[in-house]
Amino acid sequence: MTRENPTSTARLPAFAHRHLLGIEGLTPPEILTLLDLAEEAVDISRQVEKKKAVLRGRTQINLFFEASTRTQSSFELAGKRLGADVMNMSVGSSSVKKGETLIDTAMTLNAMNPDILVVRHHAAGAVHLLAQKVGCSVINAGDGAHEHPTQALLDALTIRRHKGGFGELVVAICGDILHSRVARSNILLLNALGAQVRCVGPSTLLPKALDRLGVEIFTDMKSGLRDADIVMMLRLQRERMDGSFVPSVREYFHFFGLDQEKLAFAKPDALVMHPGPMNRGVEIDSAVADGAQSLIREQVEMGVAVRMAVLEALSAHLPNRPGAA
Amino acid sequence: MSLSAIRAEARPLVITGARIVDPTSGLDAIGSVVVVDGLIRDVARGAAPGVPEGATIIEARGKALLPGLIDMRVFVGEPGAEHRETFASAGQAAAAGGVTTIVTMPDTDPVIDDVALVDFIARLARDTAAVNVLPMAALTKGLKGREMTEFGLLGAAGAVGFTDGRHSITNALVLRRALTYARDFGALIMHHPADPDLVGSGVMNEGETATRLGLPGIPREAEIIMLERDIRIAALTGGRYHAAQISCAASLDIIRRAKKQGLAVSCGVSATHLALNERDVGPYRTFYRLAPPLRDEDDRLAMIEGVADGSIDVIVSSHDPQDVDTKRHPFAEAADGAVGLETLLAAALRPVHNGEASLASVVRALSARPAELLGLPSGRIAAGAPADLILVDLEQPWICEADKLHSRSKNTPFEGARFEGRVLMTLVGGRTVYKDNEA
Repeated sequence: MTRENPTSTARLPAFAHRHLLGIEGLTPPEILTLLDLAEEAVDISRQVEKKKAVLRGRTQINLFFEASTRTQSSFELAGKRLGADVMNMSVGSSSVKKGETLIDTAMTLNAMNPDILVVRHHAAGAVHLLAQKVGCSVINAGDGAHEHPTQALLDALTIRRHKGGFGELVVAICGDILHSRVARSNILLLNALGAQVRCVGPSTLLPKALDRLGVEIFTDMKSGLRDADIVMMLRLQRERMDGSFVPSVREYFHFFGLDQEKLAFAKPDALVMHPGPMNRGVEIDSAVADGAQSLIREQVEMGVAVRMAVLEALSAHLPNRPGAA
Repeated sequence: MSLSAIRAEARPLVITGARIVDPTSGLDAIGSVVVVDGLIRDVARGAAPGVPEGATIIEARGKALLPGLIDMRVFVGEPGAEHRETFASAGQAAAAGGVTTIVTMPDTDPVIDDVALVDFIARLARDTAAVNVLPMAALTKGLKGREMTEFGLLGAAGAVGFTDGRHSITNALVLRRALTYARDFGALIMHHPADPDLVGSGVMNEGETATRLGLPGIPREAEIIMLERDIRIAALTGGRYHAAQISCAASLDIIRRAKKQGLAVSCGVSATHLALNERDVGPYRTFYRLAPPLRDEDDRLAMIEGVADGSIDVIVSSHDPQDVDTKRHPFAEAADGAVGLETLLAAALRPVHNGEASLASVVRALSARPAELLGLPSGRIAAGAPADLILVDLEQPWICEADKLHSRSKNTPFEGARFEGRVLMTLVGGRTVYKDNEA
């Protein structure tokens, strides 16, 4: 197999995947490899010269079927810093039958010989389906309530930089677990690296058989946050606050919104995270979001680094080999 | 073989040396069957008592001769979705699967809720399908769950029962009136018990697999609660109620209790639910998206137990042809349904080979019992019955390949599955409508 950049890929014996569709299927060494690579990307991103040539000449298409500012721009920056040509495509859920759009769009794009497709879709499994139909590498940027692997990786990187490791950590993931792909990817990743994972939320927002995923379940913040090292808040979608899953924003914030008082249940040096975008006053109080224990802004920085790491790791397995006609 | 050639074949027929399995009479022995004018004239242990002149002789060499299968839940596609399945292609699939009678669902475009449409189906099927086609008509006009259809006139036109197919009747009063009125005609009411509110946006069984996949789940209670309601209404009205398909262990308990009470209640299960569970969904495989959904292993085992002890009356294919336009989607956006006519017998035989159910119990649920429920003379191997017969090698191993299916749609959940038991020959009214070329 010809490789374009032997010096970078030589360090990656542990990463042999063509796609990144989820945390599921990754081994702990593979996850750590990605985190190590991301550390280097953090350094690169803080320099004046932020460019690497790993993806020079490559085409990366960001295909977003669901609106996203931060994930899409994060992937765009990551691709550009590695030298790829990046194109953004936002395909709203149009009047066309949704799945038809997915496959048809994918096949059309595939015919343009891209090297990497970064895909976000509102349906769980959509990215898997797409990966079966195209010839390039596919990165899952969030599929329904299934997975959002780069978010979990950036959360892990942020945690590791502050806590040094995962072995003794208690991580409480709080809020709308039912609809959250961030929660699922984080549960898988943190469990793989040996952290103790808790899920905290009202029972209407906890999926059935959640305990089978290897987490402890709490329905009140006080016991759920007790002795926690990391408090990870999740976004609650507006349409779920109107009585369908919780009675009102007011009641939700009262019992599950993270304010200083509830944060005090956790360890004194506990750190607060949120994948964004935040609903201030719904799941998190501004004083906490902007407070000293918050890592929320750092998560954004780590997002670019982790996406650079993922792109670099996949670069060894891209189609369109050098010299191929 | 062309259909006209099949129709022309009218010579008497003698099948000898077959292992005749007829659950109705309890017969399971090597014997012979004589067929004249499309009817079974004689069934005998050992050699045939008399061979009619000019008869074709078929040496069965110990292979099993079973009553042709009667499948009480088949979605066809004609009229309205001929690109998925026509009566001709469904007939070929049925013949290849050993199914000699299919009961078709009214969920077509237009909906089969009118006498003229039942008549249309009957004629179309007679002219194009290789097997017997018996339509069920809609229970409510337009499948809307509000006004009942003309049970008396539709029944006289040939509808063998009334159902809203995939749809559930949410209004208990509508079901009450329908079951009450149907009683006067002795009509069978078949219902798909699934509370649409509890199903909600669910797309697979609620549980660990759905949680891992991030898919909205369908709780068992969606089926259990509606089935319990239906049974109470059946008790209230005395009507003949048939649950099209059950999928959970708790539903089986409800059915058993109802039968113990002596109610005119019966139920079915799909062969797919006997063979597979929710874990088979794997990485979002839409061919495993069914209604009711595949449940967990305990439920699957309970369904087999229900067939083995007769609490579950019939095994159906729930044949539901879908194509890439409806299946090649993300799981949550794909259609329900799988084809099943050609794998019905093989999937239903798995519990027999595993020692979980007797051959007689499975064959009864595939032939004699549906015939009883529908009031058909077929479903048994006895003098005077129609010669709807299948010759089966119960042990022959084979691998299911989607491309080789006769159905126009290839959405089988059994692609690559290993089966034991293959149909060698299918007779409908004494005419050969299928012969296995690989045998």
